[in-house]
This record gives sequence, structure tokens and C-alpha cells, in this order.
Amino acid sequence: MPAVLDEDWRNGGFGLYVHWPFCQAKCPYCDFNSHVSREIDQSAWVRAYLSEIARVAEETPGRVLTSIFFGGGTPSLMAPETVAAVIDAARAHWPFSNDIEITLEANPGSVEVGRFAGYRDAGVNRVSMGIQALNDADLRRLGRIHTVAEARAALDVARSCFDRVSFDLIYARQDQTMDAWRTELTEALEMALDHLSLYQLTIEQGTAFGDRYNAGRLRGLPDDDLSADMYLVTQELCAKYGLPAYEVSNHAAPGAESRHNLIYWRYGDYAGIGPGAHGRITQGAVRYATESIRAPAAWLQAVSRGTGECVRMPLSPQDQGSEYLMMGMRLREGLDIERYAHLSGWPLPQPRIDRLLELGMIRISDRRVMATDAGRPVLNAILRDLLVD
Amino acid sequence: MTDLAHIRNFSIVAHIDHGKSTLADRLIQETGTVQDRDMKEQMLDAMDIERERGITIKANTVRLEYKADDGETYILNLIDTPGHVDFAYEVSRSMRAVEGSLLVVDSTQGVEAQTLANVYQAIDADHEIVPVFNKIDLPASDVSRVAEQVEDVIGIDASGAIAVSAKTGQGIHEVLESIVHHLPAPKGTRDAPLKAMLVDSWYDAYLGVIVLVRIMDGVLKKGERIKMMQNGSIHHVDRIGVFRPQMEAVDELGPGEIGFLTASIKQVRDTRVGDTITHEKKGCERPLPGFKPSVPVVFCGLFPVDSSEFEDLRDAIEKLALNDASFSYEMETSAALGFGFRCGFLGLLHLEVIRDRIEREYDIDLITTAPSVVYHIYMRDGTMRELHNPADMPDLTHVDHIEEPRIKATILVPDEFLGDVLKLCQDRRGIQEELTYAGSRAMVVYDLPLNEVVFDFYDRLKSVTKGYASFDYQMTGYREDVLVKMQILVNDEPVDALSTMVHRDRAEMRGRAMVEKLKDLIPRHMFKIPIQAAIGGKVIARETLSALRKDVTAKCYGGDATRKRKLLDKQKAGKKKMRQFGKVDIPQEAFISALKMDS
Ligand SMILES: Nc1nc2c(ncn2[C@@H]2O[C@H](COP(=O)(O)OP(=O)(O)O)[C@@H](O)[C@H]2O)c(=O)[nH]1
Ligand SMILES: C[S@@+](CC[C@H](N)C(=O)[O-])C[C@H]1O[C@@H](n2cnc3c(N)ncnc32)[C@H](O)[C@@H]1O
Ligand code: SF4
Ligand SMILES: [Mg+2]
Repeated sequence: MPAVLDEDWRNGGFGLYVHWPFCQAKCPYCDFNSHVSREIDQSAWVRAYLSEIARVAEETPGRVLTSIFFGGGTPSLMAPETVAAVIDAARAHWPFSNDIEITLEANPGSVEVGRFAGYRDAGVNRVSMGIQALNDADLRRLGRIHTVAEARAALDVARSCFDRVSFDLIYARQDQTMDAWRTELTEALEMALDHLSLYQLTIEQGTAFGDRYNAGRLRGLPDDDLSADMYLVTQELCAKYGLPAYEVSNHAAPGAESRHNLIYWRYGDYAGIGPGAHGRITQGAVRYATESIRAPAAWLQAVSRGTGECVRMPLSPQDQGSEYLMMGMRLREGLDIERYAHLSGWPLPQPRIDRLLELGMIRISDRRVMATDAGRPVLNAILRDLLVD
Repeated sequence: MTDLAHIRNFSIVAHIDHGKSTLADRLIQETGTVQDRDMKEQMLDAMDIERERGITIKANTVRLEYKADDGETYILNLIDTPGHVDFAYEVSRSMRAVEGSLLVVDSTQGVEAQTLANVYQAIDADHEIVPVFNKIDLPASDVSRVAEQVEDVIGIDASGAIAVSAKTGQGIHEVLESIVHHLPAPKGTRDAPLKAMLVDSWYDAYLGVIVLVRIMDGVLKKGERIKMMQNGSIHHVDRIGVFRPQMEAVDELGPGEIGFLTASIKQVRDTRVGDTITHEKKGCERPLPGFKPSVPVVFCGLFPVDSSEFEDLRDAIEKLALNDASFSYEMETSAALGFGFRCGFLGLLHLEVIRDRIEREYDIDLITTAPSVVYHIYMRDGTMRELHNPADMPDLTHVDHIEEPRIKATILVPDEFLGDVLKLCQDRRGIQEELTYAGSRAMVVYDLPLNEVVFDFYDRLKSVTKGYASFDYQMTGYREDVLVKMQILVNDEPVDALSTMVHRDRAEMRGRAMVEKLKDLIPRHMFKIPIQAAIGGKVIARETLSALRKDVTAKCYGGDATRKRKLLDKQKAGKKKMRQFGKVDIPQEAFISALKMDS
């Protein structure tokens, strides 16, 4: 562990997040910054991204880039040339690590599939596909515009183009039974390469599902007990198929973890560009939380005038400690006890640690603290206990 | 100074919304007391005045000058009282300060419980009573039916009743004439030593304590030295006057008159309602009969939600107590709730007023524990202790028997809800004393333990009668019963703030209801939590709150860090609103909600 605080980010590494805010259709459960737009002037977006990369690169001179992540929205709606221009610009500003991971989130529609080879040629070496469900009726209920057949076909193309392919499923859906999920997950595990993201459906405020839920019209959601059981079964099955959880909702064969997401969970630094993108950038002894303007058109305009950033807030030691705790505890590897104390300026509260140990919710090993299999499903309760008052 | 024959003192008794304030407005207007352009609605409105005076108002007055049809000018003093049961004693004193009452009944509604309770006070004070049937401008008005009811239910002659509309002014002149001709003039002797009744008092930032008085005998003048007969304290009168309705200085107040004095008195506590005021020298020999210091009947604990606000709470309570002699407090320490105060009130309304003012005006979030009545604990050694807090219940081996306060409750209810009302009273250990009908309405009188009423009786009554019942009560005395202290154990530890006194026969039922409620009120924890009700170590009801199984954020990436930190900070703050008891967090509302009964 580095001795000086301003080097803390090195524990997690440094990555670049690029947000693409457009989708073909808005899914009713989704609260990401995504918009449906008929006309997108890709060249304007290229100019804006390049300008933002130049701006953030100036603040992080000499850093080695270990990851680039194109997230959305639906980045597979980006022209391969746009992706290539961004990757080239990043390379021009930061040295790339030898094993740099360049991920692009892709939707499994037929249009996108045609661009996979182009992304590969641009430098993308990993895709994460939003398959969401393996039956058509449920895909429709989730408001998805692809079918299972299309998803399977897209996955095949992806595997032929990229060494590393992951996909996402959403479970604990309306009217989903334990048996149905077990069958679906088994199928998914048969299809999977070495990485899977399995999210329980979350009802977010401000979405169509959120409104329906508030009005009492979103029926058939599993109760706490069923979703807890589904989570347990998910852990078991994935482990059996050699894809144990390395994070609350992420499963991978050892070594195949998403390096980019590990930067977040290990509380490294990341530059975030694009509408609504967040970043964490350490400068000198200060770590800043940054945010960009959310609305795509406003962001474009702001960038053309100099910067898309609208928030740059220094994080107090306590905030940093809290963030490291929240993020780090999501990982199976947990967090480094001394690093936490160093960051937050305060050790973890011993009486609460003792109590959580006694309850079997956490474990301590090798000067790290981590949630146990019993603790992970109630991680928020653990965090409420451990966060500094 | 006016001669006695030209003075009339009266009050208005009415059920809420029957038109008391509106009638007072018309009387003020008709007598030209207030210029039309200065007239606003509800001149004597208790709420407005409460806001001004900053206290729960008990009496309020206006002096009217009326030129009657006989050509003479009369001084009419109206004393208005909000008439709430909590201030029954204060109301009874106000009644003693006047000789007659207008009994206002809404002629579209008829007699209600509050009408009854208030009119009995007037009858007790030997008032001459003039019935006034209001709202005759409304189509639903039925004056003859109401007259019949007044005769049947109250038993007073309604032949002299006046039908009015306080809204249109119809009949107001007749009311004024009736006050002059049917209400008696006050009696009193100008040459006798000063004897004045202290009717009410309140604090004014500029003038100090303002004392409302009724002169019985003698004359009070500015500059005189007066004596409060209860404690013998001496004060120098620096101002006397009357209310029209704003303050107006006068040279003297003579027998039969109602007015105010100020005497550089700092604390309302030094002026007790019902006390007798006389001159320091050559004072009267004996005070007016019937003085009672006001005693709190309902107690509860008030604790700051944020324990660091304890000193602020102390400050707020001390300030409020300066202006409210009927409110008592002492420090209390609770294992569950930390430092706070055990406070005594005249009743539930009084409790609510004080609590709301602390929260609103002093901006302190409070945890209020369940209200408790005062039990009399008779010990084996022959002594008696007052129990204000169930947590302080002495060891049973030393207790001989326990007595609890009872009330006489009067409920008026439309026929169709009678069954539900009887069941409610029966469930609350009531003993029926009377059941009579007045048209399609039943009047039931029950002898009930106050303990069963202080909590949620009124809410329940409103809900089972859809708001159609009216209710009033008076304290009657103490009676022995089989009472036990019920403890609540959460995760095997007793929570003192949830201890209650209950009747032995109802303990199981109440215990079961409480543990079920608590099971819903306490959030799930990472471990399972037994919740038990026990009497003297014996568990009588038990529930288990199962452990939390799922509470984790599914997705959390770079952009979510800020949002999630804020969310958890908020939850953390929410947790601060809970009280940690042993290893369990209990939300503040649990301390009150757990006691609410659904039947
Ligand atoms: N139509 C009609 N309404 C009246 C009359 N007197 C009072 N009210 C209305 O009845 C309601 C209650 O009157 P208020 O004087 O506040 O009653 P209080 O609670 O007894 O003081 C108010 O809305 C008044 O405007 C009346 O003679 N006729
Ligand atoms: C940034 S999103 C979008 C990726 C891509 N646009 C897509 O929809 O296929 C990443 C993933 O988050 C998951 N997700 C989005 N909203 C969710 C929600 N409300 N509940 C659970 N998972 C959600 C989905 O599995 C989705 O694939
Ligand atoms: S889930 Fe994916 S495709 Fe659907 S609206 Fe959100 S970002 Fe777009
Ligand atoms: Mg009124």
C-alpha cells in the first residue's frame, strides 16, 4: 500500500469511461441516462469526445490507462469510426497498459451485430451484451426489442469477434418462479463464456416501472424471501459452473473479471466523459468527484464552449472512506482494513465489527474484511452499521 | 363605575361549530362596540387569541355597552371559554364569575355532548339560562324539535328561547333584550373589602402577566397594593382596564365588573386560576370558596429524538411552564430513550398543545411515550404513592392494592351506531350508568377508567361512529381494580418506555396486540428478534420478527457511487431517528403506535 494519500487511487488503477446516451427504445425499468433520438451527428460526438479526452488527460498526465469502457445507453449504436477515434485519442494522451481492457456494451439486435467486426478493428477487445432474459414473453414484458433467437445469434457473432464476451440477465422478474429461473440460469451458464452479470430487477423511481409500482399496478414481483432464495440459488449454480461471484451481481472464471468495473469497486480513479458521466480524479492530495451535464444536446454545446463537466466536488476523507467501504464490500475480496483507515482517517468501528463477526455477516482474513455468503444478501444493513455516523 | 343594576355578566355555552363565535361577533357588532370597518370575523376566536397569547386559552372576555329598548344603557360582560374538558376546572371558575348563560344550540343539529357538559356547568353555577336556537336561516333548521330536546334531555324550560341566525343577524336584538331582562344583575357591596376572583392570566411581553378578574365586592384602583390570598404574595397594581375587546384603561373596577389588572408580575405561575385577590391592607377575611390548584391527570415522557437536544428541550419546557401553571415536569431517564422529561398535563388536548408547541416553536423533534394516568398505589405499610410512570411501579410484594382514576363519560350518538359505541365502552371496561333517547339519538353515560380513555378512545369513537358521536367527560374519583404492570421485552430485554399498566383480565389481549404491532413497527434486523409481553416475569404473548434476508443494491458502478453514498447517508440518518435498545433499533413512532388498539 502506498504511503502517501494522493497515491491511493493506484490501489484500484485508472480507467476511462465513455458514455453514449442513445438507445433505439427506452426500456421501462431503466434509469440510465439514455435517450431515444432519430438523428445523431456522429462527427459532432467525435469532436466532443476528443475535446473532453484532451481536457481530462491534462489533469492526469503520465498515467497508464488500464481500461476503457463504452457504456450507455446503447454504445453499439456508435459508428465503429466513432469508437476508433475515441480509442485513438485516448492512446495519444495516455500510455496504454499492455493488457488494456476495452469494453463496449452492446444490445443484441441484428443492426448492432453488423458492427462487431468494426469495433474489434477499432481496438475493442471485450463486449458486454444486454440479453436480459431467455424467453420472448419476458423480454417483451421488459420492453426489450430483441428476441431470444436474435440474442443467441448476436452472442455467436460476438464470440467470433472477441476473446472476451459477457452478457447480462435481469431476474426476480414479474411472475418468475424459482424453477423457471433455475432453468433459465442453467441455459445461460451453458451459453456463457467466462463472465456473467446477473441483476435482480430493481424498481427505480422515475421509470415507467417505478410509476406503475407506485400506483400499485406492477404485480407479481417476488417477495423478499423468494428473491433471497433466488439469489442463493444463483450463487450456487454459478459456482457449480465455474463462474463464482466476485461481486454482488457479477460472476467470472478466475482471471476473467471485468477489469474496468474492478476499478470502481477497488476505488481507483476514473475519468468519465459523455453526458451524465461520473468520474473520480485525484489531483495532488485531493480526490474529486466529477459529473458531466446529463442532457445530450446541452452537453454537446457545453463541450464546444470548453467543458462538459458541471460538478467537481472535493471528497472529504470521510466521504472517501464511505465510498471505498460501499464499493469494496461488494467484492468477494472485500476491503483492505488499513487502507480504509488511512483514507477515512478513522478505523472501522470495532464494536460493530465484533458484532457483525459474531452474527457471521463478515469475515476478516489477511487484514481484509469481507462480507460472508450470509452477509452479502444484506449488504446494505452491514454498510449502515459500518458507515461512520 | 356602573351601578349593579346596569351590569349583566354572561357566558355562551355551545357545542363546537354551533355558532358561538359567530353569535359573539353579532353581539359585538350590534352594540357598536367595534366600528363596522374594524370588524373582522370571529373576534373572540380562541385559536387566534391562543396564537397571540401563546397559551391554551381558558377564558376570554369582552365588554359591550348596550342601549336597551327601555332607554337605559347596560354594560354587558361576555366571558367566553373554549370549554374543553381538559380545562373543566378553569371553565367552572369562569362560570362562577358570571350570572347567566346563553345556551346556543344549532337548530339543524340539536343537542350534543359538549352542549350537555357545558350546560351542566352553567346549572351548577346557578346560572339563569337563555336558550338560543341558531342557524334558522338554514332549511334544515327545526326549532320546535330542538326546543323539545332541550326540555327533555337537559330539563330546562325552553319557552323563552330565541330563534336566531348569527349569520344574518336575525333575532340578535331579541338576544340582547333577553340578556338585559332575563339574566340577573350581579350582587356585590361597594363598601365591603375588595374580593375579586382571578379568572385567567397570561403573559404579555410588554406588560408582564395580565390578570383577568371579576370583582365580587369592593373597588379596585390603579396604584393599590393587592394580595393573592393563596400564597399571600403582594403586588403593586400598575394598570387596570377592560376589554372592548382590545384593552382600554379605566380608573376603577367596582362590584359586578369584569376587567384586567397588571402588577409587574413576572410568571403566570404566581397567579392561580380561582384564587381570590384582595387589598394588602384591610383585605377581606375569607377567600371565595372552591379554589383548587390544578393537578395534572395525564403524564407522558418527552424525549428529544436527537439526544444532543436535551438542553434545548429543557429550555423550551421551562419557558412554556412559565406561562402555564397547570403543566408540570421533572427530569426522567429512560434506558431506552435517554434523558428527557416526565410531564404532567390537564388532559390529552393540553398534552398535544404543549408537545406541538415544543416541536414547532422550538424546532425539537420529540419522542412522546404513551400517556399514563396517575395511579394510587397503596403499600402494605399503609402509605400511598402516586404512580406517574409505569416504569416506576414498586415491587409487588410491598403493594397492597392499586386504585385508578375513573371518569363519567357522556356520549351522544345516532341510533345506528349505538351498538358499536356500547361495545367500545364495554371493551374499555366501562360500566353503563344511563341510556336514554332523544329523538333518533341516544345518550349514553358510562363510568370508565380514565386509563382506557386517555389513549385512543376518542379516535376509536370517531371511527366507529363515522364522526357522528359527540363525547365529553368529567373526572369522578378513584377506584380499586386488579391492575398489573405489563412489560415488553424486545430481544429478551425489557423496554421501559413500553411498560404499561393494564387490567389483569385484559392483559393477554393487550399484550398480544402490542407484540403484533411491534412486529410490524420494528424493521427487520440481521438476526431474528423475539418480542414478548410479560407480567412479573411471566410471558403472556410472544412474536418473532424474522431476520432480514435481502437488502443489497443489485447494480453499483462508477456513476452510482455518489448516489448510493447519499442514499446510505439518508438511511443512516433514518437510523438516528430510531432508538437503539440493546442490539435492536426501535423507530420512535413505535413508542406510541404500539399502544393503539384496533378495537
Ligand atoms: N348558515 C348559518 N351558519 C352559521 C350560523 N352561525 C354560525 N354559522 C356557521 O357555522 C360555523 C361554526 O360557527 P362558529 O361561530 O365558528 O361556531 P363555534 O365553534 O360555536 O364558535 C361557521 O362556519 C359559521 O359561519 C348561522 O346562523 N347560519
Ligand atoms: C447500462 S445498462 C445497458 C446496457 C444495454 N443498453 C442494454 O440494455 O442491453 C447495463 C445493464 O444494467 C441492467 N439493468 C438496467 N436497469 C436495471 C434495473 N432496473 N434492474 C436490474 N438491472 C438493470 C441490465 O441488465 C443492463 O444490461
Ligand atoms: S436498458 Fe439499455 S437499451 Fe434499455 S433503455 Fe436502458 S440503456 Fe437503453
Ligand atoms: Mg369558535
